[in-house]
Amino acid sequence: MKLRANLIIGGALFALAILVGLLAPWLAHTDPVMDANLLNAEEPPSWTWWFGTDDQGRDIYSRVVYGARVSLTVGIISQLINSIIGVALGLSAGYWGGWWDDVVNALTNLMLAIPSLIFALAIMAVLGPGLTSLLIALGLTNWSFTCRIARASALSLRSQGYVQAATVLGYGDLRIMMTQLLPNMLGPIVVIGTLGMGSAVLSEAALSFLGLGVRPPFPSWGSMLSEAREQITTAPWLSVFPGLAIFLTVLGLNLLGDGLRDILDPQSRSRRA
Amino acid sequence: MTGAPLIEVEDLRIDLDDGSRRVAAAEGISFRISRGETFGLVGESGCGKSITALALIGLLRPPLSIGGGVIRFEGREIQHLSAAKQRDLRGNRIAMIFQEPMTALNPVSPVGRQIAEMFVLHKGKSWREANQLAVEALASVRVPAPERRVNDYPHQLSGGMRQRVMIAIALACGPDLLIADEPTTALDVTVQAEIIELMRNLCAERGTAILMISHDLGLVANVCRRVAVMYAGRIVEERGSADIFRTPSHPYTQGLVASLPRLGSRAALGRTRLKEIAGVVPAITSFPDGCRFNPRCAHATDICRTVVPETDLLEAGGLVRCHHHA
Repeated sequence: MKLRANLIIGGALFALAILVGLLAPWLAHTDPVMDANLLNAEEPPSWTWWFGTDDQGRDIYSRVVYGARVSLTVGIISQLINSIIGVALGLSAGYWGGWWDDVVNALTNLMLAIPSLIFALAIMAVLGPGLTSLLIALGLTNWSFTCRIARASALSLRSQGYVQAATVLGYGDLRIMMTQLLPNMLGPIVVIGTLGMGSAVLSEAALSFLGLGVRPPFPSWGSMLSEAREQITTAPWLSVFPGLAIFLTVLGLNLLGDGLRDILDPQSRSRRA
Repeated sequence: MTGAPLIEVEDLRIDLDDGSRRVAAAEGISFRISRGETFGLVGESGCGKSITALALIGLLRPPLSIGGGVIRFEGREIQHLSAAKQRDLRGNRIAMIFQEPMTALNPVSPVGRQIAEMFVLHKGKSWREANQLAVEALASVRVPAPERRVNDYPHQLSGGMRQRVMIAIALACGPDLLIADEPTTALDVTVQAEIIELMRNLCAERGTAILMISHDLGLVANVCRRVAVMYAGRIVEERGSADIFRTPSHPYTQGLVASLPRLGSRAALGRTRLKEIAGVVPAITSFPDGCRFNPRCAHATDICRTVVPETDLLEAGGLVRCHHHA
């Protein structure tokens, strides 16, 4: 079997991000919020301050480490909500068809027509800033691709012999969807899910950058970038390191998605069998 | 006929709605199958045999629908049952196996689980018990090393093994009627014989009636006690399977029997052409008036082109739908 570099690198980057988030209290040198000390403000990266310090003397390394928690929580949970909504709508629409399919299609088209970040902004405007509203806003606005894929898979799987056989054997609709359709469409759904996680991390950064996400002083990669904006010429490390963290996490997720697509593709699976 | 009929179809009509009008894809379908009996339905592709089977298990989907007639299962009309009640009948009392064992099994689920699911679904067993029963079910269809095979995925099994698994699934709940739609068409001839033998033995042991659907008159007559021949949406002849070879009554059946290659006959040795029935099956939207076989029939007269023949009782036993039957 050929070495799947994208899967390994992507998986390693994503695993690293998760580990950093989980082990943040042990990895961080200082408390990311409380340990401000104006005496060592805006220190460039050094052996003491790995990633440098900000204008209030807070350790950027510790803040980036803690920021992983916010980014990954938002990325994973909001994408989970998206996947569940997308699969539930797409699967049922593709399987049942009829008026329900029309309704779901109209909804999906609507979602695709409105830029999801604008839509998320609108939801945030109603709910107010904060982690929970961030999760809700991003979780409700990015399911259209999953929905499309799930619907298309359900449409093609519906006419498969084993789905018809299940009907003949007296399976109910729900049981057919859960045991016959869902497991057979899981591959593409997982791939879309990992890619979606990457875009959710970016959206979180964007919303936090706009001041609608996690409120300062608590660190998130997006809000750190936002704060670093004014010092980008005088203290570039303030924006480089959170930016790098976002970049590596999203890169990892995209590579992981690519790699998963390769091994979950039924054709490559049958080649291995 | 022995005993009360298990399933009884009376004057069934199946409509095909092509948007602007409804045409009868099958009509005047009547037959009954007793408990434990074997009954065959033979006909060319598109003659309506498969949709008749689908109608029996309540699975006609638009554009097809039941246009009239009655289907009784154990004396109870089932064509208007609620979806839930029909579901309860399917798989539990009436089971079906399909032509393609390659596609009729879920590729991402171990075969044991697919068998076990039937016990969970229809018999309310726990998964633990069901898995145990699945091993027994696999053993009953003579799959070697069933306790290991239950964990196999369909792609790890050969075509014959898969069809055995299908039979195990279909017979899991001890149904009263097994509908077999071209069950062996996709298999090698040697495997075909094994599968047919297995199906027949298991059903005989359990008193399960078989409705076998095929285009292969020889195969059906071999398995079934009685055979009905369908042509263009109508049953044209229904006979005991020995009689249908000896004294076919309807011109279409005569043509079918004459066109079977026989071992040792002159045709099989290549000295004469195999007999064929002239012409082609009419399209569903352009069925001829009167007897639908009349354009291809050598004995057709004016009455055949205008009047639909009634079903007549034959002296030798059996039914035929022809104006000029012998």
